[in-house]
Amino acid sequence: MRYLPNSDSDRAAMLKATGRSSVEEFFDRIPEELRLQGPLNLPGPLSEPEILEYFRQAAQRSAAGYVSLLGAGAYTHYVPVAVNALLSRSEFFTAYTPYQAEIAQGTLQAMFEFQTLMTQLTGMEVGNASLYDGSTATTEAVLMALRVTRRNRVLVARTVHPEYYQVLNTFVRQQGTELVQLPYEESGQLDLSSLETALNAATAAVVVQSPNFFGVLERTAQIAEAVHRSGALLIVTIAEPLSLAVVKPPTEADIVCGEAQSFGVKVAFGGPYLGFLTAKEKFLRQMPGRLVGQTVDKEGRRGFVLTLATREQHIRREKATSNICTNQSLCALAATIYLSLLGKNGLKRLAELNLAKAHYAARQLAAIPGVIAPFRAPHFNEFVVRPPFDAHELLAELRKVKIIGGLNLERFYPELRSHLLVCVTETVSREAIDRTVEAYRRTAESVAGSDELTGCKTAV
Amino acid sequence: MTLGRSLWPPCRNPPGLPEREIMENRIREARPHVNRNEKLIFERSTPGKSGVDFAPLDVPPVSPEEVLGPELSRSEVEGFPEVSELEVIRHFTRLSTWNYGVDTGLYPLGSCTMKYNPRINEEVARLEGLATDHPYAPEALVQGCLGVLHETARCLKEITGMDAITLQPAAGAQAELAGILMIRACLAERGDPRRHILIPDSAHGTNPASATIAGYEVRNIKSDECGCIDLANLEHAMTEDVAALMLTNPNTLGIFESKIREISDLVHARGGFMYMDGANMNALVGVARPADFGVDVMHLNLHKTFSTPHGGGGPGSGPVAVKNVLEPYLPLPIIEQAPDGGFGLNYDRPRSIGRVRAFYGNFGMAVRALAYIQANGFEGLRQTARDAVLNANYLNSSLTGLYELGSCCPPMHECVFSDRRQAARGVRTGDIAKRLIDYGFHPYTTAFPLIVPGALMIEPTESASKEELDAFIHALASIAQEVEEDPEFVLQAPHTTRVTRLDEAAAARRPVLRWKPSHQA
Repeated sequence: MRYLPNSDSDRAAMLKATGRSSVEEFFDRIPEELRLQGPLNLPGPLSEPEILEYFRQAAQRSAAGYVSLLGAGAYTHYVPVAVNALLSRSEFFTAYTPYQAEIAQGTLQAMFEFQTLMTQLTGMEVGNASLYDGSTATTEAVLMALRVTRRNRVLVARTVHPEYYQVLNTFVRQQGTELVQLPYEESGQLDLSSLETALNAATAAVVVQSPNFFGVLERTAQIAEAVHRSGALLIVTIAEPLSLAVVKPPTEADIVCGEAQSFGVKVAFGGPYLGFLTAKEKFLRQMPGRLVGQTVDKEGRRGFVLTLATREQHIRREKATSNICTNQSLCALAATIYLSLLGKNGLKRLAELNLAKAHYAARQLAAIPGVIAPFRAPHFNEFVVRPPFDAHELLAELRKVKIIGGLNLERFYPELRSHLLVCVTETVSREAIDRTVEAYRRTAESVAGSDELTGCKTAV
Repeated sequence: MTLGRSLWPPCRNPPGLPEREIMENRIREARPHVNRNEKLIFERSTPGKSGVDFAPLDVPPVSPEEVLGPELSRSEVEGFPEVSELEVIRHFTRLSTWNYGVDTGLYPLGSCTMKYNPRINEEVARLEGLATDHPYAPEALVQGCLGVLHETARCLKEITGMDAITLQPAAGAQAELAGILMIRACLAERGDPRRHILIPDSAHGTNPASATIAGYEVRNIKSDECGCIDLANLEHAMTEDVAALMLTNPNTLGIFESKIREISDLVHARGGFMYMDGANMNALVGVARPADFGVDVMHLNLHKTFSTPHGGGGPGSGPVAVKNVLEPYLPLPIIEQAPDGGFGLNYDRPRSIGRVRAFYGNFGMAVRALAYIQANGFEGLRQTARDAVLNANYLNSSLTGLYELGSCCPPMHECVFSDRRQAARGVRTGDIAKRLIDYGFHPYTTAFPLIVPGALMIEPTESASKEELDAFIHALASIAQEVEEDPEFVLQAPHTTRVTRLDEAAAARRPVLRWKPSHQA
C-alpha cells in the first residue's frame, strides 16, 4: 500500500521491541465475537490512474458545460489561479488547528487577516475565524442573541434563505425557543408593519437577510430602529457578501453573519463552504467559534494566538458557548487570498460587473411580453421573474440550449408558483443572457400555439 | 571566508566575545530580512494596485448609486488591501513557511489523527463538474455528484456495519448534535422523553457541549484507570431518565472498551440508546464493526480516519451512521438510488429531525474520503489500522520508563503518558511539547484527556515510519534528560522558531482581533 511508510522488516523490528509475538495481540481487548470475520465489500485497491478514471467519469455526469443562472446561497464566481496555487501549499492544508502558535503563525496571521477583512466588509467591530457555513452561522448568531438577551422568542423574515431557516429550526427548537416567521410585502422586502406587531418584550432577535433570498436589499436601518426599540438584537445574514463592495453595510445591526463561499470557494455541490460571524464588540464574550488575537513573544515581536478559548467546548465542556470545534480554516484562507488579490478596487469592480450583468438580464427578460419582475426593491446580482407560462417547461427549453435557468421558487414558497430566482454573476456572458432571452421567447410562442395556455395559471 | 566577512553588515560585537556568541549575533543580525518579518497584507498595501484584471464589460454599465439609491450604496471598503498578484503570492508563501504540517514531518497530535493526506484526493476533488456543480442544479444533471455521495455512504455503512447514514453534518461536533437529536426525536415519538445523557469523564469536550445544545442535562460518569466504563457505576447511573450513553471507543486513552457488549445491553435494557463517538475509528477499520457492539448511532470524522486534510482547522466532515431504529430521523434530504440506477434526493421524510446544514454537507470531503477508500481497498484499510496500532504500541513501550504511563492498559492507536515525573522539576506537558518543536517535531496533544494529570497524548498514526518514530523517541528521551539537568532551558523553549513563546494571557486580557489603520489604532 503506497501510503504506508513501513516495510515488513520495520514492522517485525517494532513488534519485537514491544515484546509481542503478533500484531493480533494488540487487538486482544476486542472480544473474539466482535472481531470482523470476512472481508468487506469495498472497492479497490486502486492505482492512481484507476481512481482518476472513476472520478473523471463521475465528473462527466455533471452540469459542466452548462451556463448556470443558479445562485440562492451558492454563487459561481471566477477564482483566480493564484488562490488554488497558494491553498495547495501543504504547510497550510496539512496543518491542524493552530494550538501550537510558534509553528502555526502562517495560519494564525492569515486568520487574523480574515477577521479584519470580514469586519471591514460588514462594518462590525469584531469577527471570528469562520464557522461551517451560512446556515449554521445564522443559527449560531441566534443562539448568541438568546444568550445575550436571555429572552426566548426569535422573529425570522420569510425572505431569509429557507434552508437557513430549516437549520435554525432544527437546532433552536431544542432550547424551547419560539420561532416566528415574518411575511414579505409586495416589494419582496420584509413587511415592516408585521415586524412592529410581532415584536414584544420576549423577543430576543430578529433575523433578516440582505440581499434577501429574492435578491433584494432589506431596509436594515428602519428594521434596526424597530428592533432596538423593543430591546432585541438585529441579526443580518448575508449569503452574497460580494454585494458589500457596493452596498452600504448594515452597521446598525448587532450581528452580521452569513456565507462567504463567494470569495474564492468553489460551488462544489454545496460544500465545503465558509460561514462568518461578525458583531459589535460588546458581544465578544458570547461569540461562538475560534478567535485569533494579536500578542507579542518574549522578545516583543508581534505574533498571533488563538484567544478567549474559555468560551469553547474543550475548556468549558457542557457550559461552552457552542459545541463547535472545527471551523473552515482552509476556506477562510481561500477567502483571505481571494480578497487580497481583488483588493479594494478589484472587489468594487467585480461587484459592478455583477450589478451590470444582472440588471441587463433583468431588463431584457422583463421586456418580453407577459414576463413580470414582481419585486421592485433594489437588487444586487439576483432577481425574481415570473414568465407567463409554466416554469418547468421554460427550464426544460433552457436546458436544450445548455442553460440552467434558475431556481423555481415554488419549491420553498408554494404561493410563488412559476416564479424563478435568477442569478447573473460576472461569469455569465452577454451571449448567454441573450440566449436565455431567446429561449423565453420561444417558450412563449410554443405555449401560445398550444391549448394549454389557459391551464397554466400563475398564482401570486 | 575573508570575502564573506568583509561583505557582512557591521557587527556590534564587542571585542573579546567568544566565537560562538559572535556567530549567534551575526545570525540574529541577518534576521530582519523581509521573509522572516512578513507584514500584514494591509501593511503592504499602496493605493491603486490590484491583483486581478477584468475583461471589458459586454453589457451596458450601471451605476450602483443609480440602481441602489444613494442611501444604500457604498463608495469603498475602507482599509481593504491594494496589492499586486506577485505580492499576494509572496505574502502567503512566506506565511506558509511559518507553519508545520503533516507533510513537514511527524505530527503525533493525539485524538486528531494527523495522517497523510494523499495528493490524488486533492486532484479529484478539483475536477470540473465535481468542483463546479451547483447544489440546486436539476438532479438529472448532477448524477456524478450524487453517485459519489451514494458510493461514499455505501462504503462507510459497510465499514461500520450500520444500516443507514447521512453525510450532511459539517464536522464531528455537528454530527454529535445531529445524532443526539435523532435519539431525542425517537424518544419523543415513543412518548418517553428523557432528560439526561451519560458521558464518561474521559470524553472529548464536544460530547457534553453537543448534548447540552440538544437540550439534555449531562451526567458525567467516572471512568476506571483505563478510561473505561465501570459497569457497577453504569448500573447505578443508567436510570429510566437517561436517553443515551455517549461513548468513545477506543476511548481517549486509546483503549478498547472490552465490555462494550455488556454496556450496550445494559443501556438498551433500560430503554436508552448507545451513541459512539467514532473519532478513534481509525483503530478499528477493517478490524471490527461498531454495529456489532450494539451501537445505535455513531459519527465518523472524515478528516481523521479517512484522510481528508485538516486544513489548519477545517473543513471537516462528520457523517452519522444509524441502525434502522433511528433511520426515519436522519436529516433531510437522503440520497437514494432508483431501480433504474439513477440517483435522487428524497425530502419526503416526515419523521426527520430536519436539516442540520444547508445543501448536502461538505461534498468535497466525501470525494476525498472515497478516493482514499478506493486507494486502500479492504486489505489496505485493515493494514492501515494495524500499522497505526503497531506504531502507537512501539512508542508506548519505547517511552515507558522515560515518562510515567497514563494507564496500565495496553493501548490501540494512541498512547498517553503523564508529566508527573517532570512536573516535580517544574516542567509540565506543555513545556515538553514546546521543546519538541526544537527537535523538529509537532508536539503531541497536551493536557488531554483530563483524567490523566498533565497528559501527553501521542498518536503517531500509520503515516510515521520507524525511522521517524526512533528520532521522536530519541527527542523525548533527550528532553527527559534535559528536564533533570537544566529544566529552565526546557521552560524557555522553543528556541529555534521565528517567534518565541507568545503571551497568551495578554492576548486574552486586551483582545486585539483585527488590524486597524494607524490613525484608528
